[in-house]
Amino acid sequence: MAEPVHLTYERLPVGSAGKISGGWWGVVTLIVTEACLFGYLLFCFFYLNSQSEQEWPPDGLPGLLIPGINTVILLSSSVCVWVAERGIHQDRAAWTILGLVAALVLGTCFVAIQLIEWSNKPYGMTTDLYGSLYFTITGFHMAHVVIGLAVLLLLLVWAGLGYFDSKRYAAMTIGGAYWHFVDVVWLFVFSSLYLFPYI
Amino acid sequence: MASADITPPRIDDDFPARLPETGRAPQGSDIERKLAATWESQPGWRGWLSTVDHKAVGLRYIVTSFVFLVIGGIEALIIRIQLAQPDQSVLTPEQYNQLFTMHGVTMIFLYSLPILSGFSNYLWPLLLGSRDMAFPRLNAFSYWIFLFAGIFMYASFPIGQAPNGGWFNYVPFSGPMYNTGPNIDVFALGMVLLGISTSVGSANFVVTLFRMRAPGMTINRVPILVWGTLTASVANLLVVPSVSLAFFLLWLDRQIGTYFFDVANGGKPLLWQHLFWIFGHPWVYAVVLPAMGIVSDALPTFCRRPLVGYTAMALATMATMLIGMEVWIHHMFATGLPTVALSIFGAASMAITIPSSVAVFSWIATIWLGRPVFKTPFLFFAGFVMLFVIGGLSGVMTAAVPLDWQLNETYFIVAHLHYVLIGINVFPVVGGIYYWFPKFTGRMMDEKMGKWSFWVMFIGFNVGFFPMHWAGLLGMPRRIYTYSSRMGWDSVNMITTIGSFAFAVGVLIFLVNVAVSLKRGARASENPWDAATLEWATSSPPPPYNFAVIPTVASRHPLWEDRLNEGGARSNLTEGMLLADGRETVSTSPIDARPMAIFKMPEDSYTPFFLGLFISLVFVGLLLHWWLFTAASATAGAIALATWLWPREELAQRATTQGATHG
Repeated sequence: MAEPVHLTYERLPVGSAGKISGGWWGVVTLIVTEACLFGYLLFCFFYLNSQSEQEWPPDGLPGLLIPGINTVILLSSSVCVWVAERGIHQDRAAWTILGLVAALVLGTCFVAIQLIEWSNKPYGMTTDLYGSLYFTITGFHMAHVVIGLAVLLLLLVWAGLGYFDSKRYAAMTIGGAYWHFVDVVWLFVFSSLYLFPYI
Repeated sequence: MASADITPPRIDDDFPARLPETGRAPQGSDIERKLAATWESQPGWRGWLSTVDHKAVGLRYIVTSFVFLVIGGIEALIIRIQLAQPDQSVLTPEQYNQLFTMHGVTMIFLYSLPILSGFSNYLWPLLLGSRDMAFPRLNAFSYWIFLFAGIFMYASFPIGQAPNGGWFNYVPFSGPMYNTGPNIDVFALGMVLLGISTSVGSANFVVTLFRMRAPGMTINRVPILVWGTLTASVANLLVVPSVSLAFFLLWLDRQIGTYFFDVANGGKPLLWQHLFWIFGHPWVYAVVLPAMGIVSDALPTFCRRPLVGYTAMALATMATMLIGMEVWIHHMFATGLPTVALSIFGAASMAITIPSSVAVFSWIATIWLGRPVFKTPFLFFAGFVMLFVIGGLSGVMTAAVPLDWQLNETYFIVAHLHYVLIGINVFPVVGGIYYWFPKFTGRMMDEKMGKWSFWVMFIGFNVGFFPMHWAGLLGMPRRIYTYSSRMGWDSVNMITTIGSFAFAVGVLIFLVNVAVSLKRGARASENPWDAATLEWATSSPPPPYNFAVIPTVASRHPLWEDRLNEGGARSNLTEGMLLADGRETVSTSPIDARPMAIFKMPEDSYTPFFLGLFISLVFVGLLLHWWLFTAASATAGAIALATWLWPREELAQRATTQGATHG
């Protein structure tokens, strides 16, 4: 009869440790399923586009200036979150706070500009099929930005309370990943709704 | 092997870490008592509302979905009374529509996946040698949402306004033009709500598999049930958004005035069918693969030998789902799609025969090469293999496009899907309950009543559903509320009704057996069936902490190693990591299951219940157009979520006080 195995044990990190925490794996599954949701939204857009005889978009080619600037704003907010994360890793709390505040401001600007962009559209959600798609897709994205801003706000509060340092920062990594996801998804939404009509 | 694993990112030397305490923890030792005190839920309603124990959650899932099975079954019996003879008027056409819709909705969404989630929730940590799932609170949350979504979808039933468009709810019939009541809105919002439960449950299974296995349980040693549920969960993460979106867009069309499915304004009804079946077909596999896993794990116990072809079975499980993601159009053969699409999707559908056959031959070989013990669970599993073959064959037939055009929307399809769902889901589930009942309750189920329940169910099922193939070939369409005697469908329908009542009697015998055995069943030992897997290494029922000593696993059959004598080391179940500093368990690497971290597990909490409640109230608000109420519920939900996520020192989510910058 063979002997039962005895592992030799090493010191193991206790609790949430960066990317080996359960929460990090959890947010990855969340991002996968949310990415699929946006995939299906854009599938609806392209499917109906290919099947529809309507003028698409109804008011001609979309203006790129405001949404272009807005895209840059959203992407720079991602950079700020990245700076905030770097700040945590290097125990520079000021960078973290500053990065998060900047990201929050930029994210809020994005929402405000997007609201202006919405009000500039000559059509609404119930005007025609294109309007239904446009406002549903950008509306879904807007909802994600708002949730992401709430996450950033929580992270800011927690960072302000001194909950994080260079060892415990899993929540920052997790919340940051969500924000980066929201920003990357915008690139797909932007390309489909604004750039695709030019092709 | 090691090269394929994910190497853990480097953790700083000064990261809070410790050498795990090791040793033995026999029943009644100090450490065992400490663990029991740490993991026990509070008694009374407090514990009931706040528990996050995967065993409690799992049993709730099983009991709740069985209640839904009984409700759906009663609906089916009423339908069968209406159809027993021609020109009956037990039901009005509208009542009939609502009953067959709710029958389908209940069985497919509220019974068949949730019951398997119940088994997996209860069994996974025990099978994997862990103390809980990766996210215990999320687990409780997913149950509450499931319960509330089930109640939600039945909310309009008592006032005679239940969903009435069939379970796949095709537009334009379910659109605002032809269906003006609240019927479809209840279904649409209920499905979005249920989708939340399914998604978070799936995420939990995926992370649990990759991170919560006992040391040494490498990826090629996990039980097949785990492969089945993992495959189903990954698929759910990818496809549930499709159906949730479809139902949400339909709700927008109905209540806000958008045009996604509105033909008059450029919308396309076929978009609904694509979105529904992109989800719907993988879902069909999601509700059978874990059940096939139940058989693959439990059947070998009664054949007294390991499963034949473990690796082939694991690969077949994943291959089935992989191909299953590309066959949704076989539900749409009659919609006038281009021939190329039909050919490709028809061929893919036929290709599923290959992994399915691998599974069937694997089970047959296990029985053939083993020494079968004819206990009740064995009967259910062997019966399942036969029903699987019949259901599979009628499936291949309808994968052929020309034959499908002939059989589409007839009772042949009804026969096929019942062979698949009852044969591959209900039979393994009932067999699984007979098998794990001693683990769930500490008592054995009655063998004599068990055998009666099997034979009555098996004969009743075949008498009831096999003739439906004939009805279909005779041209009887599905979903008609009555028929004329001149059609020649009288006797076949009478036989079906008799068979379905016999089947119901079999289920009733099973339920009586459960009730009686719960009170008077013989006491079960740790391992009453002399089985091989880890759940049988702990007491029946298991203690709240599952394993006092985290097992160290050395093979696929930790409890049969001495007998099989395959060489190599032995699993160690008596000595290993203790981890008793609060609620703790070990987290391992995804492939090789090397210890990576000590996870702090959450205490019981009311937050999952309240978050579930508030989210459900959001949907109530949407249904009734109470916008302020919706906003208030959403805010309450956000607060509950923030409370949930608030970093806590006990869970080691925050910097320790001396390391913090303030104070």
